[in-house]
Amino acid sequence: MSDRPSPDDGLSAADLAAKYGLAVSGARPGLAEYVRQLWGRRHFILAFSQAKLTAQYSQAKLGQLWQVATPLLNAAVYYFIFGLILKANRGMSHDVYIPFLVTGVFVFTFTQSSVMAGVRAISGNLGLVRALHFPRASLPVSFALQQLQQLLFSMIVLFVVAIGFGSYPGLSWLLIVPVLFLQFLFNTGLALIVARMGAKTPDLAQLMPFILRTWMYASGVMFSISTMLAGRPEWIARVLQANPAAVYMDLMRFALIDGYGASHLPPHVWAIAVFWAVVTSLGGFVYFWKAEERYGRG
Amino acid sequence: MAELEKRSHIPTVIADELHIVYRVNGAKTGKGSATAALSRILKRGEERGVRKVHAVKGVSFTAYRGEAIGLIGSNGSGKSTLLRAIAGLLPAEKGKVYTDGQPSLLGVNAALMNDLTGERNVILGGLAMGMSREQVKERYQEIVDFSGINEKGDFITLPMRTYSSGMAARLRFSIAAAKDHDVLMIDEALATGDRSFQKRSEARIRELRKSAGTVFLVSHNNKSIRDTCDRVLWLERGELRMDGPTEDVLKEYEKFTGK
Repeated sequence: MSDRPSPDDGLSAADLAAKYGLAVSGARPGLAEYVRQLWGRRHFILAFSQAKLTAQYSQAKLGQLWQVATPLLNAAVYYFIFGLILKANRGMSHDVYIPFLVTGVFVFTFTQSSVMAGVRAISGNLGLVRALHFPRASLPVSFALQQLQQLLFSMIVLFVVAIGFGSYPGLSWLLIVPVLFLQFLFNTGLALIVARMGAKTPDLAQLMPFILRTWMYASGVMFSISTMLAGRPEWIARVLQANPAAVYMDLMRFALIDGYGASHLPPHVWAIAVFWAVVTSLGGFVYFWKAEERYGRG
Repeated sequence: MAELEKRSHIPTVIADELHIVYRVNGAKTGKGSATAALSRILKRGEERGVRKVHAVKGVSFTAYRGEAIGLIGSNGSGKSTLLRAIAGLLPAEKGKVYTDGQPSLLGVNAALMNDLTGERNVILGGLAMGMSREQVKERYQEIVDFSGINEKGDFITLPMRTYSSGMAARLRFSIAAAKDHDVLMIDEALATGDRSFQKRSEARIRELRKSAGTVFLVSHNNKSIRDTCDRVLWLERGELRMDGPTEDVLKEYEKFTGK
């Protein structure tokens, strides 16, 4: 009953489709084509990330002021706990430790919130995925971009803190740009990876905070890895220092803080930073693309 | 059915033995407690704690250029699911859908954000549908005028959460209808807003139909199906129960629903 007689009678559905140049709906495009489509959606990606950022505080009376106030309060709380109560500075002077701590918190939060947003990028936006066509990678990329913009607000606070504790703007501050760029690439790759995993297993969103907290304590956000592990075998410190979160934090501190010299950095730190950024972003992108046609099944 | 005079023999959408299955987590019958969930996880097996809903079961049809096809059936019969699968938004479990160009679902609800102003939502919605920044800028005034949001004051610069449900629906429709499509699918979008807006939106849909190659319309309103469609697919429990000229199918359908 469903097939209507036509001149093409007898052709199978696939042959008929081939004859008239019809393509399988929702099929995954090739990698190059996918990149092209994603680039075509760059305005949407940017607009979506900005919209999310603005929508966040639109109900608050102070409005967008919270973009700066939230990181400032965060820094104050960490200073209160780790600086005043626990005294975790371990031989670092106050002038170095406070900017050290605040930089660590902000840089790690950047990665942390990109991952958290990435996990829910597909599973939390199924409505959007099931209603409109766009390369699905737009969503995790857009969320990572939102976190980058959030971090730029935090950087204002960070600059004030650094100057307040005697680290004045110098040439080394220019290094902030490549560091942020590399970290953004790394975060985007990570967001793409967890977005695919979170699309298949939404439970990951529940599990992720614990993984991230463990990662945070192992990366030396509140303490310096090399001083903390003094006396232990050196390779432990080296391994911890090579983890991407620690690398980007250390580079940012090196760029910003006068009293935090190159002696605190592991060897080949820039090479490691580039390695993590390139491998994670490319690997994450290909990994995400491989499941493109399956997003939205729920 | 062969005697139906066809406008063309060029197929635009071919569905071949299409099956769609939804997987629902945590809806397995039985105890909903945490321990029950844990024991389900620990039990071996491929689909733990997942309930499957077989929404579309082996539907096949071929749509041709110039056709306007209505989809009818009772609630939950798989109409909207079938539309989404044709649009390539829901992955098929088995079978395939072939399409000419990119079929689009009329609707942008999901991309809009209640906390943003109507103004920014127009831009965001346009970009989400795949329009370029220039196209959005060009159509912006047209969209706002069509929605009539600004008839009662400067509402477009207020957040969408402050709109009445009717106003929000009008703006959503106006954004969605701003783009032209090859294969257009409309899911009961006709009945939004007040009487004057309904008239305007019906006229706009007629325009969109003219520029689109093939139109699919899901509706429970037999009158609007009669007005717009020349062929009807009747779905019941995920199966294609009937496929033919509007009058024949609607007659059977009305008999079935007891009207």
